[in-house]
Amino acid sequence: MLSLNINGQTMHVGDDVDPKTPLLWVLRDSLGLVGTKYGCGVGQCSACTVHLNGVPIQSCQVPVESAVGQRITTIEGLSAPGATLTAVQQAWIEEDVPQCGYCQAGQIMRATALLARTPNPTDEQISTDMAANLCRCGTYTRIRKAIHNAAAKIAKTGGAS
Amino acid sequence: MSSPFEPNPYLPEYLQKIEAERAEAALAMSRRSFIKITGLAGGGLVLAMSMGPGARQALAQTKSPAEAASLNPYVQIRPDNTVVLYAKNPEVGQGVKTSLPMIVAEELDADWQKVEVRQAVIDAKLYGPQVAGGSTSTPTNWDPLRKAGATARAMLVAAAAKQWNVPASELTTENSVVHHAKSNRSATYGELAELAATLPVPDAASVPLKPRGSYRLLGKRITGVDNPKIVTGQPLFGIDHRVDGMLFATFTKAPAIGAKVKSANIEEIKKLRGVKDAFIVEQKGDHIAFSPAGPAVASGVAILATTTWAAMQAKKQLKIEWDETDASKDSWTDYRKQAAAFATKPAAAQVLGQAGDVDGAFAAGKTVEAMYTYHYVSHADLEPQNTTAWFKGDSIEIWTPSQTPQAAVDGVAALLGLPKDKVTLHQLRGGGGFGRRLANDAVLEAAAISKQAGGIPVKVQWMREDDMTFDYYRPGGFHSFKASVDKAGKLSAWQGHLITVSRDGKTPMTAANIAPTEFPANVLANQRMLQSLIASKIPTGPWRAPGSNAIAFAVQSFLHECSVAAKRDHLEFVLEVMGEPRFTVPDNLRALHTGRAANVIKTVAQRAGWGRELPKGTALGLAFHFSHAGHFAEVAEVSVDAKKKVTVHKVWVVADIGPVVNMSGAENQCQGSVVDALSTAMGLKITFEKGRVEQTNFDKYPIVRIDKAPEVDVHFIQSEYPPTGCGEPAFPPAAPAIANAIYTATGQRIRTLPFSTEGYTL
Repeated sequence: MLSLNINGQTMHVGDDVDPKTPLLWVLRDSLGLVGTKYGCGVGQCSACTVHLNGVPIQSCQVPVESAVGQRITTIEGLSAPGATLTAVQQAWIEEDVPQCGYCQAGQIMRATALLARTPNPTDEQISTDMAANLCRCGTYTRIRKAIHNAAAKIAKTGGAS
Repeated sequence: MSSPFEPNPYLPEYLQKIEAERAEAALAMSRRSFIKITGLAGGGLVLAMSMGPGARQALAQTKSPAEAASLNPYVQIRPDNTVVLYAKNPEVGQGVKTSLPMIVAEELDADWQKVEVRQAVIDAKLYGPQVAGGSTSTPTNWDPLRKAGATARAMLVAAAAKQWNVPASELTTENSVVHHAKSNRSATYGELAELAATLPVPDAASVPLKPRGSYRLLGKRITGVDNPKIVTGQPLFGIDHRVDGMLFATFTKAPAIGAKVKSANIEEIKKLRGVKDAFIVEQKGDHIAFSPAGPAVASGVAILATTTWAAMQAKKQLKIEWDETDASKDSWTDYRKQAAAFATKPAAAQVLGQAGDVDGAFAAGKTVEAMYTYHYVSHADLEPQNTTAWFKGDSIEIWTPSQTPQAAVDGVAALLGLPKDKVTLHQLRGGGGFGRRLANDAVLEAAAISKQAGGIPVKVQWMREDDMTFDYYRPGGFHSFKASVDKAGKLSAWQGHLITVSRDGKTPMTAANIAPTEFPANVLANQRMLQSLIASKIPTGPWRAPGSNAIAFAVQSFLHECSVAAKRDHLEFVLEVMGEPRFTVPDNLRALHTGRAANVIKTVAQRAGWGRELPKGTALGLAFHFSHAGHFAEVAEVSVDAKKKVTVHKVWVVADIGPVVNMSGAENQCQGSVVDALSTAMGLKITFEKGRVEQTNFDKYPIVRIDKAPEVDVHFIQSEYPPTGCGEPAFPPAAPAIANAIYTATGQRIRTLPFSTEGYTL
């Protein structure tokens, strides 16, 4: 049995699961955390982005066994159910970023990590960082706008998101 | 007026029929509005509204919120004053789950902050056609939804009038509250709903609709109703659905399209970790033809496992022997050779339409000739095709993000030999559509697999590789043009020769056709439209702005070649081609109107600063296209360096789709369409040899990322025409606008989609 630290909770994965299974499929199929999405399975689209110790990674490329003992955060763990949304989540709603919405969990995870590192990113920094994530609907104008919006919110609250 | 409706020639027959029926119903309703209609085909709303309150309650959704009073199939109101609005059509990113309920809420005078939107059940009797295709949701639902809101409001007003014993005419409504000014009394909709639900439903024709000037909600920027769930990762999409005890399945089809399984190492596969079952599924029907209601299933091997990953790993161990007797042997290289040969023989082509003296004009003027090529493309919805199905012996339950859920029900019923009322389909949000989910192949596969597995709930999940190598692709094709400009520099004649794919040798495949009246044939005196057919077995289907997505590139680029040949300013030249303001089909509100066209063209030129000085290597390009009843003009500002590296700085979009329902949604569709068009124009192509598709994942299908996405300026001319859809028509003008800018910047004409085949990169 593998024990994982996900969203501040310890979760167990049974022996029926191959330890080489990508974290993505353990999250989705074994643990029911379906917010993290499958898009390509080959590390191209980043729809499966989660945080490993605060760093954005493609969960389709990480075998679950290598995530043991590390701090995993998924889209479900950004804000507690019913609690205030993070600045990034709020900005995404205010700017009405999603079209189909399928890639947005991955976009939000990467944007959250970017803002934690670079609280007030330039357009160029946003482009460089967020280019890892594909949006088939082409909502990039609004992703950029929402990141600036979230940065302003964070600056206002003194860094607390 | 003849008819307010002209069928979109680029929609598949299935959607054309729905559009026509709905238009006919709307027309009949307006003509016979004073008569109580009870059984109009496609007029489910009218039917429901003609029934008594008891029947209305019975019509309520299966899972109605506690104590909610149903006023009609779209409106339920809870005692706590929550207004529950039902979204009838599939949501695949085009925004209708938000915009259609907004139309109801406007006429209802509902407080949008207290509105809860739910996805409606699939029921043609209640809702008429439920479909996401052809940018038809707004135009076909505009009247019925306004009436649903207005009649529900009238019932709430009547309830207050009865309760307070005052004339209904003295009552006003705002934000889900009925108010009586004289006595200063107010009641919430929640307080009135129970009584309102017992009152007679007013005849929709007797209830006035709001004039546009008094709209409070329509035209505003409203954030998507599912956004709170999206940003917190709650289950929402087809792929997210889970049923207790379900297995996860992959389905492996032939690399050569249309091949059948001869044999497979099933027993070996069954022994693999996590695998619970594996079997061969026999081919049924014709799965190559685009047909939303099927019923058809391709031959393949199903693997059922405890996780998606286990099923995917087992898929890699499959050893299948294929029977390729009937399989596609198509080759894109060969298509190109055939097209080149056809292009030299226009006289041997089929004449789709002609008018005037084309050859006379050619002889008298300066002629221009060119041939354009566009590749096949895949839809590449980010959520790969999937469906959860649970066959229960004499019935089946299905969860899927289909764009044609009613056709899916029909198809599953026919495939499994079940009555239609034994097929329950739950519509889930789709992670992208773009026309891919108009086809229900994944739905039919899941139904067949759940049945063959003995009634186990199964989620069939396509891998990205499955999704890209079996699609109903945007067909590739070729346009050979000849045109002339006269001594005055006017476009004097136009001949278009479409070289396209056909399966039967007689007619183009789905979405591979051209309308004989396609622009500029519909505005020119001397014109001819020709067609030649290449035999093909590669499946094709509608892809965002079917037909238009490639035709606009070819036509609008060649039109620019003509203005260059005439040494004219392109803006002036295009406006001259449009001519006097008129409908190109007389009195047809959904036809191209040259005045509306000229208006968006002039406005976009003004906004983009047409004619301004730009640095060397940078230029503006202009294009216009009319599709889905929408008039769209776009200008692109583009730089190109010596190594053919392209930078698209900014794209201006000006649109006339009538009044805008949700400004935020409409603007998002336009911005996204431009990015989608840039991806498709620059680098996306599907090629095939020996019937096998050569691109399998995003590494060979380079969709544009944020770092290459241009700024997009969107402006709507909100004319007085009835509102039309916005999911597709912003796409077609973008590629030719960019190509025309590249020509102006470099003198190099691009005649192939994608531009990467001519050496350009982003």
